[in-house]
Amino acid sequence: MTAATARVHRRVADPAAQPWAGAKRPYDLVKEFVIALVVVSLLTVILAALFSSPDDKQLTLAEWAKAAPNDFVATAATELDGTSGSATYGAPYTHDKSAAQKIGPLAPQNWPGVTIPIDSVQDFVVRPLEGAAVSPDLQAALKQWTAANADQQQKWASAYDTALANAPDTDPAKIATGDYGPVPVMMTQLLALAQSGGLDGALLAQGRFYQTDYTKPLLFLADGTYLEDLARAQHLGGDQWGMMNETGNYPGQAWLWLYTFWYQVKPFSTSGNGDALVWSLMALLTLVFVLVPFVPGVRSIPKLIPIHRLIWRNYYRDVEGGAATAAPEISSS
Amino acid sequence: MTAVPASPEDAALDREESGGWTGWVRRRALRSFPPDQLLPDKQPIYVASWIYVFGVATIAAFIVVLATGGILALRGPAWWHESSLGHYVNSTHLWSVELFMAFMVIHLWGKFFMAAWRGKRALTWITGAVSFLASIGTAFTGYLTQQNLASQWVSTQAKDGLNSVGIGSYFNVLDFGQMLMWHIVLLPLGVGLLVVAHVLLVRRHGVVPPFPPKDAHDVNSTATEGSVPA
Amino acid sequence: MRVALSTMSAINLNHPGRYVHWGVIQISVANLVLILLMVAIFAAAILLPFPGTRRRK
Repeated sequence: MTAATARVHRRVADPAAQPWAGAKRPYDLVKEFVIALVVVSLLTVILAALFSSPDDKQLTLAEWAKAAPNDFVATAATELDGTSGSATYGAPYTHDKSAAQKIGPLAPQNWPGVTIPIDSVQDFVVRPLEGAAVSPDLQAALKQWTAANADQQQKWASAYDTALANAPDTDPAKIATGDYGPVPVMMTQLLALAQSGGLDGALLAQGRFYQTDYTKPLLFLADGTYLEDLARAQHLGGDQWGMMNETGNYPGQAWLWLYTFWYQVKPFSTSGNGDALVWSLMALLTLVFVLVPFVPGVRSIPKLIPIHRLIWRNYYRDVEGGAATAAPEISSS
Repeated sequence: MTAVPASPEDAALDREESGGWTGWVRRRALRSFPPDQLLPDKQPIYVASWIYVFGVATIAAFIVVLATGGILALRGPAWWHESSLGHYVNSTHLWSVELFMAFMVIHLWGKFFMAAWRGKRALTWITGAVSFLASIGTAFTGYLTQQNLASQWVSTQAKDGLNSVGIGSYFNVLDFGQMLMWHIVLLPLGVGLLVVAHVLLVRRHGVVPPFPPKDAHDVNSTATEGSVPA
Repeated sequence: MRVALSTMSAINLNHPGRYVHWGVIQISVANLVLILLMVAIFAAAILLPFPGTRRRK
């Protein structure tokens, strides 16, 4: 074939786009589907009976407060002095724009603003206590707290938080003497409220009857270290490839391998902007994945690694080394 | 039987532009998907490998996922924690999802190495890829709505990734009610529609043919491999 | 393990997970088995003869 006719042929439509004019064979699609459905159903029923499914018990605030009271009080102290994870998070919970993660100069975390407002002092400490203020001690403490100005409140809370961090075992009972105002009483009462189960209800209900939003109890739980300790014991931590894992010996989410991989390596593992950086990188790679047909190099891999020669070996065996043209359509029953 | 001769009105109805919107939709549908193309009983001779069953296996698994999810829905989201039968049904939902994801990935590997986007089939690849991503999202919301320790951990971790790019402001993984509705309504519907589009595209364009054979006389064969479809 | 409801299953996977470490890679045995199984199935799917493909010569 001359170069001229080759050029003409290049203007002809892509042969892979032409309806197949070659031989066909009977192929029962509906039967194939029914067989697939039966096989998958059987496999499902058998695998479920063999292996069951994991169900690690939910952690209540009550359980946390009973199992790790020092961690609970330490967390409550950081909510009160505004140094907890939630209190310093930035959008969508608080108004601190500087807290946002950055991708270069951009901080998309800030763009939607504060859509899920969290006031760690009111939401996690004061309001639950006010709702349960039965004892005169607590009533007096709350009165002292609300009567003080914001500066005084902050002084008490910070002093208590610092002293607690320095106490042996961060045990509130062993804290050094100092001017903490009503904070020690508030902390003790909050612990008691939590241990009784009252805080679970108070944080969830938020004064309502019906509720399906667990934002506040979950944020409070995650501000402590007890939940994380339980998770890390099961290899679920971010730097333990945790995203891929499941509790116990169950298979997890193997398809998240690339997403979690970046969290294991620098610069993502040590950067304060790790989440934003991994997310944007994965968004880019995801786009490449979706647009593979248009990505030079990647779309040529099937030619370079010719697994297709194995898949279509019968076709190639029939067509190559013999007649180069496709066989005419054979209609067979 | 004697045929009744067509009246002038009948003749008018037979013309192309008749039938209003209904007629237009019917004609378009039949043009795009003639019945024996929509449900053929033959396939090109090269469709002869076990790798080809993983598409239908994925769809079958999807149906089992929907069915087992539907049974879970009958007694509500807390049932499986309180009942052995409920726990068993939950297990069938989990394992049908594992099969679904496994078959889908094997199908993806096969389609990648066949470069199945060739011949104007880029949209087939794209709908497949987006189905995969939507399935991951569906599985993710499933993990969030288990209401156990895993849900508590996954949600409080995942929020950081989503918040860091602003998505968390609208898609609150700590909100059980919202996540459950995404999981049982919006995402399965999305996946379902994508799968329907994906399969219709395969029926429309046919199963991708092999790369041209090695001793093909058509020089054009190498020029069009992996070409960008129009 | 904080199992919520004791359920009977032939193979109890509710024991502490086993993990394999290789450099920065850390993978559960369960995930590894699943992935290897998938690769094996993929290879089998490609290599095993499909019914009706015997040479008609």
